[in-house]
Amino acid sequence: METTTRKVIKNRVAFLEQKVPGYVSVLGITGILLLWELVCRLNIVPPLFLPAPTAIVTDGWELISSGELLKNLIASLYRIFGGYAIGAIFGITVGLILGFSKWADAIFTPIVYSIYPIPKIALLPLIILWFGIGEMPKIAIIALGVFFPVLINTFSGVKNVDPSLIKAAVTFGASHVSVIRKVILPGALPTIFAGLKLAAGTALLLLVSAEMIAAEYGIGAMVLHYGNLMITTKLMAGVLILSLLGLTFNRGLQWLERKLIPWK
Amino acid sequence: MRVVVENVEKTFVDSKKNEVLALEDINFSIEKEEFVVLVGPSGCGKSTLLNIVGGLLSPTKGQVYFESSNDKDPTLGIVFQEIALFPWRSVFENVTFGLEERGVSKKERAEKGKHYIEMVGLTGFEAAYPKQLSGGMKQRAGIARALAVEPDLLLMDEPFSALDAQTRTIMQEELLTIWNRTRLSTLYVTHNIQEAVYLADRVIVLSRHPGHIKKIIPIELPKIGRDQEKYRSQFERYSNEIWELIRHDAEEALKEA
Ligand SMILES: Nc1ncnc2c1ncn2[C@@H]1O[C@H](COP(=O)(O)OP(=O)(O)OP(=O)(O)O)[C@@H](O)[C@H]1O
Ligand SMILES: [Mg+2]
Repeated sequence: METTTRKVIKNRVAFLEQKVPGYVSVLGITGILLLWELVCRLNIVPPLFLPAPTAIVTDGWELISSGELLKNLIASLYRIFGGYAIGAIFGITVGLILGFSKWADAIFTPIVYSIYPIPKIALLPLIILWFGIGEMPKIAIIALGVFFPVLINTFSGVKNVDPSLIKAAVTFGASHVSVIRKVILPGALPTIFAGLKLAAGTALLLLVSAEMIAAEYGIGAMVLHYGNLMITTKLMAGVLILSLLGLTFNRGLQWLERKLIPWK
Repeated sequence: MRVVVENVEKTFVDSKKNEVLALEDINFSIEKEEFVVLVGPSGCGKSTLLNIVGGLLSPTKGQVYFESSNDKDPTLGIVFQEIALFPWRSVFENVTFGLEERGVSKKERAEKGKHYIEMVGLTGFEAAYPKQLSGGMKQRAGIARALAVEPDLLLMDEPFSALDAQTRTIMQEELLTIWNRTRLSTLYVTHNIQEAVYLADRVIVLSRHPGHIKKIIPIELPKIGRDQEKYRSQFERYSNEIWELIRHDAEEALKEA
């Protein structure tokens, strides 16, 4: 009898669906923190340039217990959520209007696209002139920064709704209002969410920039303040809070997305 | 209720501003409880014609009208070539969409939804999203959605073309069974000649450049059981006749593509 060799076919795309245990990411972060601590303890870099994680935590605790952090955080939260909400609501509304009306599209889209690329922070001096130096200019600049990406995503979401779905709705007797509510809105929702997530990053960036330029309180102002005093531990505590803020923001949006878009 | 398509002509303007005559001099009618099938090679204007009848496209000339004894607006049910189920609605919500838009009560929607979902064999999948269904199941959900409004005219654009041969054969049988129960006036588009002869009361053969009616062939076979051995020769005679009519066009279409 002839000898046969056996070659078992292996899944060559198995790497695409590799399972990674959850603790790996925790390990990663812990590892970095340990390394960081070690570098500081061994005095490889002076503590002024890179304070040790433990030092940051200790001084950060001081910020918390004195109530200083909370005061700054509340000022920041107020601005970012106020600005984000206003920008998102206007962005979605205007995006829907531009998406539905060919007239509005023809008139306003060129204007939108010419304002969109301006780095919004460049408008801060002008906005301060308009609104004075209270909370308004900060909220306005964040709202402006959120407005454009949300608008543009909403607009393209509406434009890209599958026309055969609209046809289907119309043939089954849907009115215009129904078509908008039951077809175009849900159809555009995933794209709208992409815009909202993009805007979250912009909002944080603008928050910090605005607070550094013109604010008494706020995480951005606090970070700048301790930078000027060369107290890097408290500076880093502020940066840490910003990172947590961004993370929470994103998680919140992800949670909302899963709630609102269960069919994906 | 009778549907009349009268002197319909359709010209498209393409991206280079050239006028393309897609349909010319289309005249036919669909009688009450009649199953009419449109066949023709790719690009002869079948979908265009179906869309005009469905009120999704205006004809350049001519008109489509419903003749009926009462005054109410005709109800249409369409099964689309692209299926077009709403991804964000469950099977049940998709099937009852038309009823919802007509203001049918919740209780009646639940009953009718259940009835038609059962008719197409999707019981147990009421809560599933379209993404979770196979191709054949999606198409059956699409058919249930069209049937659920109990339309005066049912329009179907190559509903089974994306399915494999076995599923298609089964679906054709199921469609006939359902049709036999509902007796809806139907306009059905296909490029599959066997399918046309299997389903139709009358076959309308379309030809290209421009799309026009080449011949209307009544299929004089009993509606159910045309695949039986005793009808084999007649079945083939009809198929050959249609094939001869569109062969030249189909070859031309292939050369262009
Ligand atoms: N929106 C449009 N703009 C320009 N030309 C069009 C448009 N829609 C269809 N046509 C043209 O009209 C002709 C008929 O198209 P139609 O989609 O009705 O063909 P069909 O018979 O359904 O083909 P198939 O079997 O491939 O689905 C084609 O030549 C097509 O290029
Ligand atoms: Mg077609």
